This record gives sequence, structure tokens and C-alpha cells, in this order.
Amino acid sequence: MESQAIIQTTGLTKRYDHQTAVDHLDFQVLEGEIFGFLGPNGAGKTTTLLMLLGLSRPTEGSASVCGLDPERKAMEVKKLVGYLPENVGFYGDMDAVQSLRYIADLNRIPVSEAEDRIHQVLRLVGLAENGVKKVSAFSRGMKQRLGIAEVLLKDPKVMFLDEPTLGLDPDGATRLIGLIHSLNQERKITVLLSSHHLQQVQKISHRVGIMIKGKMVAEGTIDALAREKFGLGEEKFTLEEIYMKYFQEV
Amino acid sequence: MSGLSAVYRKELSDNFSSFRFVILFALIAMVSFIISYMAGVSLKENLEGVAKPKFVFLMLFSAKGALFSLVEFVAVFGPLIGLVLGFDAINGERGHGTLVKLVSQPIYRDAVINGKFLAGATTIAILVVSIVLVISGFGLALVGVVPGVEEILRLAIYVGISIFYISFWLGLSILFSIAFRSVATSFLASVALWIFLSFFVSLGASVLANSIVPIEKREGADPEAVMANAQIKEGVSLLSPMFLYSSATATLMDPMRKTTKSLVLLGPMEQISSSRFQNPLSLGQSLVVIYPHLAALIALSLICFAASYWIFMMQEIRT
Repeated sequence: MESQAIIQTTGLTKRYDHQTAVDHLDFQVLEGEIFGFLGPNGAGKTTTLLMLLGLSRPTEGSASVCGLDPERKAMEVKKLVGYLPENVGFYGDMDAVQSLRYIADLNRIPVSEAEDRIHQVLRLVGLAENGVKKVSAFSRGMKQRLGIAEVLLKDPKVMFLDEPTLGLDPDGATRLIGLIHSLNQERKITVLLSSHHLQQVQKISHRVGIMIKGKMVAEGTIDALAREKFGLGEEKFTLEEIYMKYFQEV
Repeated sequence: MSGLSAVYRKELSDNFSSFRFVILFALIAMVSFIISYMAGVSLKENLEGVAKPKFVFLMLFSAKGALFSLVEFVAVFGPLIGLVLGFDAINGERGHGTLVKLVSQPIYRDAVINGKFLAGATTIAILVVSIVLVISGFGLALVGVVPGVEEILRLAIYVGISIFYISFWLGLSILFSIAFRSVATSFLASVALWIFLSFFVSLGASVLANSIVPIEKREGADPEAVMANAQIKEGVSLLSPMFLYSSATATLMDPMRKTTKSLVLLGPMEQISSSRFQNPLSLGQSLVVIYPHLAALIALSLICFAASYWIFMMQEIRT
């Protein structure tokens, strides 16, 4: 399978006053894949995502998202990329449909089209029955799915999902991962998925990248990473074992 | 402007549906009833058996009833409306985790603060216009004087200045909501600055004036010293938006007032001429008199808005 890189960074660096959050990062995400973006908390994953969205200015280096430079063409990039932040928040006094309507309005989706699309994405994420329920009454899993619905509303080419499974129960996490998988398969959306649920990530991602202390220490398919770390062998290694191995070495 | 109208519509509907607005509206309704009643009753008493002075209608707004006039009330408590509407504009969104979601939509970042500011200003405009209309209506019923064209014009300009004045405080509280992460801090900071600029500056002004040019005796003091004292006091007071606003609107709403200054040094000839020609100022002349105040008020607002704009555009938004 020969795919084009849809995201590419070269020497991407972000320095704050005293520390380097992202340190000369080079990696790419191929079109149509699910890229598991792994790493401990504070490794610089969110900072990287913000730079890819044009919300944060890199100190050095450059990035390209869908062929665009997010630093200069932030508007165009934000039209193509849907971002689900970690711990995404909602306006508690709105119901699900109202929240989606606001997002549709911000994305300048015509009103005539918006209602259909809102109900379509609600069905897709399995919230069709909860359209008129106040978001403050949603469970965490439902909120995450509503967040994904908001991302889907703009019909993105790429989704950045920052810890979408954080704080979900195992069943909720499995369902969310299943949803992400089906969106990737059916809608051909490229997914950049950051998560600590390594088992789940292993199930659906085509390639993974492990970021530690601002550096990408490994990037490739899970099998390739296993071969690199454990040598050629018959046995299968889980992503968790590979991750821990990298983590201990740094 | 990409996204501005979407943010504006959402914020405006938030303003109107929130509990905060209901409370504000109840407060405003109460105040306008009290003021129109007080002013109406006192006017009726004072004007009994007197030849009708000019501009009676404006007195509804500027005449002190038992407690205070509308002009004074807005000068002192109008800022609170602005503060209440804006103190959690940005850090509230930050706290709910909606800010980063908002700016990751295809909108310009400034659309967020512009939309919030404009929605707040619209709310303020609606509030001010409705107070003035309620008082006008009650006044018509109580006093029975119909406003003339010039009075209506003066009232319209007054409404405009008041909206601008309260919007200045809205802008200020939005600035604090950008600068401070915590909603409580930004509210306290705005209230503290309100108290400082509205009350302490005028207090400090007289303290400063008295320490630089002390006036020992009440009677027979050196007129030059009295004048210098008054000038220092006024100069320092100009820092206070409340002083700017109340001097400007008091002059605007009372055509018989020919200057915004509280103390004027008159020679004998001038005294004779001013007592002989007791005519009101025309609207144009009133505007000329208050022009410096208006310019200063506008400049303050622009500086404040520019500051919030700059900080917000430079700020890193992570949460």
C-alpha cells in the first residue's frame, strides 16, 4: 500500500522559557491511516497537535498538514482538520443539537444543510436519542462521542483525537475505539489518535509513533517496532511490551 | 469576518437567557421605577405655581429626587452592568474547556473577543434604552410634559454616551478575563479597579490638590490659590472614567450649565453678563463643551480594547 504523507513535520520544535516541549520532531502520518500517537503525559503530544493546527507557533522547524503550512494557512488547515481536545468541554446549558448547531454556525454550514447533518452525525456516534438532552447531564462517554460528532460535522479529512478514551470505562473505551475504527474505514478519515489504552490502539492503528520528552523515539508499524526491539522471532509482542521497552531505554 | 456573527449570535442569546440577565433586568426595572417616581414627584412639587422652565423633560433624568438622578445612578452603578457581563468572558470558556475547541474551528481568533464584546454592548444598549424609555413613559404620565425635539436629541446623545461608558467597563472586564485564569480573580480585579477609578481617584485628587496648594481659610482665600487647587483636583480626576462621564452627561442633560468645571473664576463684568443672559446653551455648544471629556472616554476605551486584543492574540491557548 503506497500512501501519501498527509502530515509531515521537519525539525518541529517548541521551546518555552525554560524547557523544550517538542524537540526537533520529524514524523509523518500517511493518508487514510490511523496513527497511534503514544507517549507519557507531558511528552509534548498536545503541543505538537496545537502546532499542527496553527494554534501554537513553532519555535523552529515546519509542518505540513494536507499540503498546507499551518503557521500561515491556519484557517484552511482548521477547515480540513477536526480536533478533539483532551477533556473537551461543552456549554452545559445547551443540548446536544444546540451545541452542534453552534459548531455548524462557526463552520458556516448553511442552515438548510445543517439540520440534516446534525442528525446524521448524532446517529453515527450513537446519540440520536439524546439530541435534546442537556449536555451537562451527559456521561463522560457520551460527551466524548458528542465531541466526535462535533468534529465530524465539518466533514474533516483528518481528525486529531487527543486522549479521547481518557477516563472512560472499559466498555465505553472499546465502543469509542470501534467508532473511530469505523469512521476511518467507511469515511476514509485519517486519524491521529493519542491514547494510553495501548491494547485498543494496537487493535486499530496502522502505524504508531512513540514520543518521549519531546522526541519521536520510534515510528512505524507495530511489527516493525517489535522487530527492531526484540529481534526476529515467531512470538507476537503487544504494543504495551514494546512501549515499555522504549520507555525504559530513554 | 469569519465566525464573528456566529459567536455574536450565540453570546447574545446566552446573555438574554442567562440568569444573570434576569437579575440585571429586575434591578434595572426597579431602579427606573424608583427614579421616575422620585423625579416625577419632586418635579411636580417644585414646579407647582412656577412658570414652566425650559427643558422640564430632561429634569426627569438629571434632577435629584429624594436620593439620586438617573445620570448619577448610571455613572456610579452602570459600570457594574458592564463588569457583570464580561468578567468571565474568556476564562469562563477556558475553565469549561470550550475555548480551545472554539479556536480550533475555522474562525479568526479575534472573532471570539469581538463577538463577545459586541454581544455585551448590544445587551447594554438594550438595557439603557429600555430604562430611558420607561422613565420617559412614567415621566409623561406623572409630570405631563411632552419633550421637545432638542430634548429628544440630547437624550439620544446621552443614551449613546452611556452605552459607550458601560461598554468601556465591559471591555475592561473582558481584558481581566483574558489576563487572569480564575473567574473569581478577574471579577475581584474588575471590581477593585472600578472602586479605585470611581471613588479613590476623586478622593485622591482632593488630597493631592490640598497638599500641593493648601487653602487655609474658607473665606477670603487667595483666589489664585483656590483656582490652582481646583485645577489640580480636576486634572487628576480626569483619570477617572466616572468623572469624565458624569461631567459630560451632567452638562449635556442640563443646558443651563455652561461648563463642565465646578469652579469658575469670574471678573465683575463677566458676572454681570452671565447673570443677565440666563439662556440655555444650544445643543451644538453643549457638545463643544463636553467634547474633551468624550474624546478622553473614547481614548480610554480604545486603549483598553487594544490591550485585550493584543494579549489575547499573543496568548497560548492550551485548555
